[in-house]
Amino acid sequence: MNANPFAANPLFSYLLRLADDNLVHAQQLGALVSWMPELEEDIAVANLCLDHLGQARNLLAYAAEVEGAGRDEDALAMLRDERQFLNAVLVEQPNGDFGQTIARQFLLDAYQVPLYEALVASGDAQLAAIADKAAKEARYHLRYSTQWVVRLGDGTEESHRRMQAGIDALWRYSADLFAADDVEDALAGIAADVAPLRTRFDATVQAVLAEATLALPADPYQRLGGRVGNHTELLGHILPEMQSLYRAHIGAQW
Amino acid sequence: MSYDVPRMAGEVDPELGGRRTGYPLWEVFVRADRGLTHVHAGSVHAPDAETAIQSARDVYTRRNEGVSIWVVPSSAIRASDPDAKGDWFDDDKPYRHPTFYEIPEEVGHM
Amino acid sequence: MTVTTGQEAFDTLIAAKQKIEPRDWMPEEYRRTMIRQIAQHAHSEVIGQQPEGNWITRAPSLRRKAILVAKVQDEAGHGLYLYSACETLGVARDELNELLHNGRQKYSSIFNYPTLSWADMGAIGWLVDGAAITNQVALTRTSYGPYARAMIRICKEESFHQRQGYEIMLTLARGTEAQKDMAQDALDRWWWPSLAMFGPPDDQSPHTEQSMRWGIKVETNDQLRQRFVDMTVPQAQFLGLEIPDPELAWNEERGHYDFGDIDWEDFWEVVKGNGPCNRDRIAHKVKAWEDGAWVREAALAHAAKRSAAAEPTANTVNAANTVNAANKELS
Repeated sequence: MNANPFAANPLFSYLLRLADDNLVHAQQLGALVSWMPELEEDIAVANLCLDHLGQARNLLAYAAEVEGAGRDEDALAMLRDERQFLNAVLVEQPNGDFGQTIARQFLLDAYQVPLYEALVASGDAQLAAIADKAAKEARYHLRYSTQWVVRLGDGTEESHRRMQAGIDALWRYSADLFAADDVEDALAGIAADVAPLRTRFDATVQAVLAEATLALPADPYQRLGGRVGNHTELLGHILPEMQSLYRAHIGAQW
Repeated sequence: MSYDVPRMAGEVDPELGGRRTGYPLWEVFVRADRGLTHVHAGSVHAPDAETAIQSARDVYTRRNEGVSIWVVPSSAIRASDPDAKGDWFDDDKPYRHPTFYEIPEEVGHM
Repeated sequence: MTVTTGQEAFDTLIAAKQKIEPRDWMPEEYRRTMIRQIAQHAHSEVIGQQPEGNWITRAPSLRRKAILVAKVQDEAGHGLYLYSACETLGVARDELNELLHNGRQKYSSIFNYPTLSWADMGAIGWLVDGAAITNQVALTRTSYGPYARAMIRICKEESFHQRQGYEIMLTLARGTEAQKDMAQDALDRWWWPSLAMFGPPDDQSPHTEQSMRWGIKVETNDQLRQRFVDMTVPQAQFLGLEIPDPELAWNEERGHYDFGDIDWEDFWEVVKGNGPCNRDRIAHKVKAWEDGAWVREAALAHAAKRSAAAEPTANTVNAANTVNAANKELS
């Protein structure tokens, strides 16, 4: 097995993993503004987008500082290619219908709440401060997505079918959120320990799906690889759109 | 007017009757800060109270305008009769107001 | 006490420049005019999400992306305030939505032009929002209370829109050659449509007089347009950009800028539906609405199921609490 190239600067890689989840997710949510089922939901999705974007920026700015190579948040966001993005494959999955959008949001929220709550106690003070603000936002997001999962799961026949389809489509990308390697190993006391996160995540998912009269798919397959830049083909379509303008005018100020 | 589209020749206003088909309407009250009362901010459409509160938070407190939100179904609001305005609200009891009374200046502020 | 008719009470309030409130008696024509104007204003805000939303995924920096999302979100919020105000006149938002979708109510024609470069985000903020603010500040004094209150709230929020737009233009104007060209091109495309936003000249606006008498309009189209031009020309000069009007010149005698004729034929074509984006904007709106139908039905169905229980939505709240409890237990 090849040495993990991301273990060379573990804190930098870890921050990118956290940042890229938020950046790619925010990018996806940004495309949904004005496409939601009600005006109130357009406003809600813009809020989610802004929160995730804000988290991404805080984490990228810190990653840039840790790297110390003269890059800033935009250079990290706009000039890295697909293989250098370290987000979990979940967040690059398509927006789909509202059921799928909510399923993706819910799975991410159920992971991020315990993640940030654990990172509040991180030995790295700056990361802990970022996590403290993010945890508040994540708890609000989880409340929002939970309500929608329940409402759609236990709404009409059609909404039940669609919400279940959303969970079925995305469940196979959920384990990638927890994929840890020697990057996390090298950061004892700084990175969050994934085992307890997984336990809380499972408890949340189980409680909410039960309430929503939904079930987890039987198919055990899990697609991993995002944390080491081995993505699904979808990311290669999201990034060029995000990066095109910046890359067309290298060096320009905006 | 900026967002006022000028009338086209032959344009007829549609008949509108307040036919409600979608989510019910909720009135939103926001407490701007501790120690203040909740003040009416506007309304939102939502399927239930929980969503109404959530939407109200997103819509009416985008710039930290509040620390607490109430929502009330608009249909639950009962109002006084606007035609009875004069009968109800004409104030003909000036002796209820402090300026009705003359206190000599020497007494000082009261 | 003398008995006054509704008409007399209304006239007295208008004459005293007092506000008309939802449950006051009002002439049917006043109500219709108000509904039409507020609804169109609301539709404009909602459709106005689209041209700028078009650049959210491509914003050139994360800071600009965040600002743009916040701005587009404000537009949705403003639409919502205005629908709220309109609903106090006894119409339902769904009805208004339907009228927008079937073309019986319109939105400002400015949103029927495409956003073709990033500089359009600057030009829209600076010019389109600038023109809107010029109007809306006047409208804070409009006679219908709920509309005036919505305007006050909107004006407070909107000054950020114009400033961020001007900042984009300034950055581009001081940037690379390509960026300067982009900024000039955006000004070239948005200048005339922005002037047209104020509506036809006063001598061709037969309804202005009635609207002024009712205090719905406070200033005329031409007055507001002139104020906007006078304000904007020096701002363009500061940017080092050229306003695409050879007749533009300071008139010492009038104390105002003179400017060229607006192409009203083109304007009316866009109002009629023959602008570059009319169809796309409505198709987008209708698709979002229709795609969301199952979600709205489900939410109502769920609420109905839950209202059978003692507490409304007890179960969704329970679910959230279950999650919190589960999290607390395990953390």
